[in-house]
Amino acid sequence: MLTDSIGKRSSKMKNTVERGAVKKFAEAIGDAHPIFVCEETGQQSRYRANIAPPTFPRVFDYGVIEGLNLPKKGLIHGEQLYHYERPLLVGEDIYCYQEVNDYYERNGKSGEMGFLQIKRYGEDVDGQVIFTEEQVVIITEAVRKGMEV
Amino acid sequence: MSMLTELEVGESLQSVTLDPVSRLDLIKYAGASGDYNPIHTIDEEAEKAGLPGIIAHGMWTMGNLSKLFTPFYEEGFIEDYTIRFKGMVFLNDEITLQAVLAENNEEQLGFNVAATNQKGKDVIKGRVAFRKV
Repeated sequence: MLTDSIGKRSSKMKNTVERGAVKKFAEAIGDAHPIFVCEETGQQSRYRANIAPPTFPRVFDYGVIEGLNLPKKGLIHGEQLYHYERPLLVGEDIYCYQEVNDYYERNGKSGEMGFLQIKRYGEDVDGQVIFTEEQVVIITEAVRKGMEV
Repeated sequence: MSMLTELEVGESLQSVTLDPVSRLDLIKYAGASGDYNPIHTIDEEAEKAGLPGIIAHGMWTMGNLSKLFTPFYEEGFIEDYTIRFKGMVFLNDEITLQAVLAENNEEQLGFNVAATNQKGKDVIKGRVAFRKV
């Protein structure tokens, strides 16, 4: 069932790098640095704006991949990768979507484990990719059995 | 503060030890990130999932680790940030953030990065490629 989702992609969602959301996020990771939260520091920086922390894209909406119905519980986050062309600027709009890169199963200690690779994209208004994100989600046999019902 | 680009291969950034992990830390991260998986905030849900107690979001630890690089924003930015989640972080754990320069070329500084707990075990581990600008 998960194998069928390989290559499927969500439609693009418009997101804004909101000042308040960046501040709240920076505080939650204990990094309320002026480059993220102080307008004056942003304006005087090489970016002429405030930027967002590298893991901030966690808050974006990437749209729904049709047919991919992952359970809310029992997933294990195995790996996470970000690639940036430049930092995200506070106030800009980013268009986000995601796709299933791969799915495979391997035998492990707790039965057959499923490995789902999801890739996410963030583009500017001109369609230039600003960042990509890849995650590997591990789905245990017990959780997968529950999905098949 | 000294410049990141003056660092020699094998040298480390100043490591940071976080305050013991509190429930409020994780509630704040849940709200800020939108990740409300209850194993991070509610004891009963963590126990139902077979855990001894609530655990930190892996992304909370990964988010914290990136702050070692924040002060150097005028010198460049994190171009690649790759993490493998290796161990769980529980309440009251004391997490130390570390980055060691492994490679220095014209375009990038390559760091080995890790967050370790009070027992010296890596909970997350990976690489940061810092792009020079």
